[in-house]
Amino acid sequence: MKTIRRGLSSAMVQAFLVVIGLVWMTPLAGLFLSSLRSAEDTAKGGWWTVFTAPGQLSFDNYSALLDNSGMTQAFWNTVLISVPATVLVVVIAALAGYAFAWLDFPGRDSVFLVVVALLVVPVQIGLLPVAKLFGQLGLFGTIPGVVLFHVAYGLPFAVFLLRNYFAEIPKEMLEAARMDGGSEWRIFTRLVLPVGRPAIASLAIFQFLWVWNDMLVALLFADSSSQPLTVALQSQIRQFGSNIDVLAPGAFLSLVIPVVVFFAFQRHFVQGVMAGSVK
Amino acid sequence: MTTTVVKEARRSSPARPDGARARRSRRRGRVIALLFALPALLLLGALVVYPVLFSIGRSLFDASGDTFVGGENYAEMFRDPTTLKAIRNTAIWVVVAPTLLTGLGLILAVLVEKIRWATAFKLLLFMPMAVSFLAAGIIFRLAYDEDPDKGVLNAAVVSIHDAFDEGSEYPTARARDGQGLNQQKDGSYVTGSPVSPGSATALGLVGVAPKDLPADARPAQQAAAQEAGADEVRGVVYLDFTPGGGGKPGVVDSRESGLPGMRVEAVQGGKTVASTTTAADGSFRFTGLKDGSYTLKLPKENFEQPYDGISWLGPTLVTPAIIGAYLWIWTGFAMVLIGAGLSTLPRDALEAARMDGANEWQIFRKITVPLLAPVLTVVFVTLVINVMKVFDLVYIIAPGPVQEDATVLATQMWLVSFGGGNNQGLGSALGVLLLLLVIPAMVFNVRRFRRSQR
Repeated sequence: MKTIRRGLSSAMVQAFLVVIGLVWMTPLAGLFLSSLRSAEDTAKGGWWTVFTAPGQLSFDNYSALLDNSGMTQAFWNTVLISVPATVLVVVIAALAGYAFAWLDFPGRDSVFLVVVALLVVPVQIGLLPVAKLFGQLGLFGTIPGVVLFHVAYGLPFAVFLLRNYFAEIPKEMLEAARMDGGSEWRIFTRLVLPVGRPAIASLAIFQFLWVWNDMLVALLFADSSSQPLTVALQSQIRQFGSNIDVLAPGAFLSLVIPVVVFFAFQRHFVQGVMAGSVK
Repeated sequence: MTTTVVKEARRSSPARPDGARARRSRRRGRVIALLFALPALLLLGALVVYPVLFSIGRSLFDASGDTFVGGENYAEMFRDPTTLKAIRNTAIWVVVAPTLLTGLGLILAVLVEKIRWATAFKLLLFMPMAVSFLAAGIIFRLAYDEDPDKGVLNAAVVSIHDAFDEGSEYPTARARDGQGLNQQKDGSYVTGSPVSPGSATALGLVGVAPKDLPADARPAQQAAAQEAGADEVRGVVYLDFTPGGGGKPGVVDSRESGLPGMRVEAVQGGKTVASTTTAADGSFRFTGLKDGSYTLKLPKENFEQPYDGISWLGPTLVTPAIIGAYLWIWTGFAMVLIGAGLSTLPRDALEAARMDGANEWQIFRKITVPLLAPVLTVVFVTLVINVMKVFDLVYIIAPGPVQEDATVLATQMWLVSFGGGNNQGLGSALGVLLLLLVIPAMVFNVRRFRRSQR
């Protein structure tokens, strides 16, 4: 009797979770199917009509998107912003993380507390002052400007994460390296970076996704020639409804790379997002 | 912890005989340390710390930035109705979204432990974290489309609604004036002259296209010709229109169809005493009515417009709708974090309770939740910090005309500073307000860090 009841409740749990899983998949499936339908079909009915009329599906929207020079440029801009913004954050934060963990300079610990405090500073507060600053420096509206802003606002978390990870390195290892006469630079590149690889990987993935998916920062700091995909798509939102054949494939294209990164680096991804969620 | 480690390291290193050289090498060490930290410190100082100070200062000046106005922008924030709306909406967000997410995450984390495909399920629910708010916004803008032929949510709502309530068959039907049926204010029709038992009535309607007739509709003439019994009120409801023409208005002609499925009520003294539904040929009959005069009524349900779903992105529901999209993105996060906490719970405590005959619900309430409280707090606080800054989703999902109803602090700050408002004084004040709201989290982080270093 008891086992029957347990079996029944387990079947109910399974059924419930299957339903939840389907509900969670539907939005993405809907977007993908919408991206494969022509504007005329979209005007006539929802994406679920493809199950009865699969003839609607084609990759025409995607080839149209690839012929749209504005969109392809925006896609490259996304790459040109995300990759440097990720590399720079990792390099700069690794250097600083090592300094905060193992090197001695005046005020080190109080400065690090300031970094911890900066973890939750909202990017919004930086928009206006940095825009003015970049305007004076000629960086406003350029890709380097967008990159620099992302690097600066990625740093508190990055330094925090790497400093804490590096601090766990056994001091005997470092002492031994110093005894051998290794310079700090050598210790950093030969010892600290290899040991810190898991944390660096999580950080890189988190930062990459953060920048790749950003819209707000680029909305302000990028002009029309340097705007990433998110901003290019955003500018089409106003005519929502009439241009789903552009928005849906564009949105799908913009999320394909993060989702691939997600499945390829599940573990690092989850760790990075968990650690970085305090931002 | 690290400070002591470094000091010990230095103490244990062999003392140099030459003090000057030691001092020089120490200075060299400091210079190297500063060089390592310098790029980060410069960027943080110039692009994060300085802007915070600048914004605080700027928030004390007017829109143009020339006149010092003190706290005026902060007072304005609580006077201006749109800003006030933004504050109110942010409050709703901060209360509702983290609560729902923590609750949902907890339930799913507990349930997912009981299935074999837990990893696949967790991956599926976590995946939206990889999707940008912009893409999620487009996805949900599509899903929330008001037209049930386009938006999947309304398509589902309408088909569920119609499964329980078929809706009216004849939204377009109406009676011709002066043919015995009078339209009431609420959309129903009543007979102009009273009927009494023993009589038969023909109620003619027009305005139904022949192709919209139910498939089972039959001609009404035969039924209309039947005599009523002594205690009976009989009649037909028919379509007073002969396809191809030739019919006489007000008369049931041979090719005129009955209107099946129509509700008919017998009303006496304002009260409905009997009701029935017409048959395939449009006929209806009331039996066992007491003597007296009655009015026949075709209630408004017969003529209601078809149900077309919920206005998700209308002014009232837009914030809950956007919170729904936010749940899609963040539930996996809450579930995985709580699940990690769950796996550290002492198995023996749970097993012992099970042995003692506690049921799953009691274990959940009395053991799991209290033991998980610290993890739940962390999840909740993390979500609150993130929810306060929500921008893209609101900006993308709320259609232009309802943008003002959906606005939150982050979008309002953007609109005021850059999106046409062009009041950078008020915009800075809103930015500072956002910063003030996360200060508790800031203090929490700093405290937690200092404790971990002891």
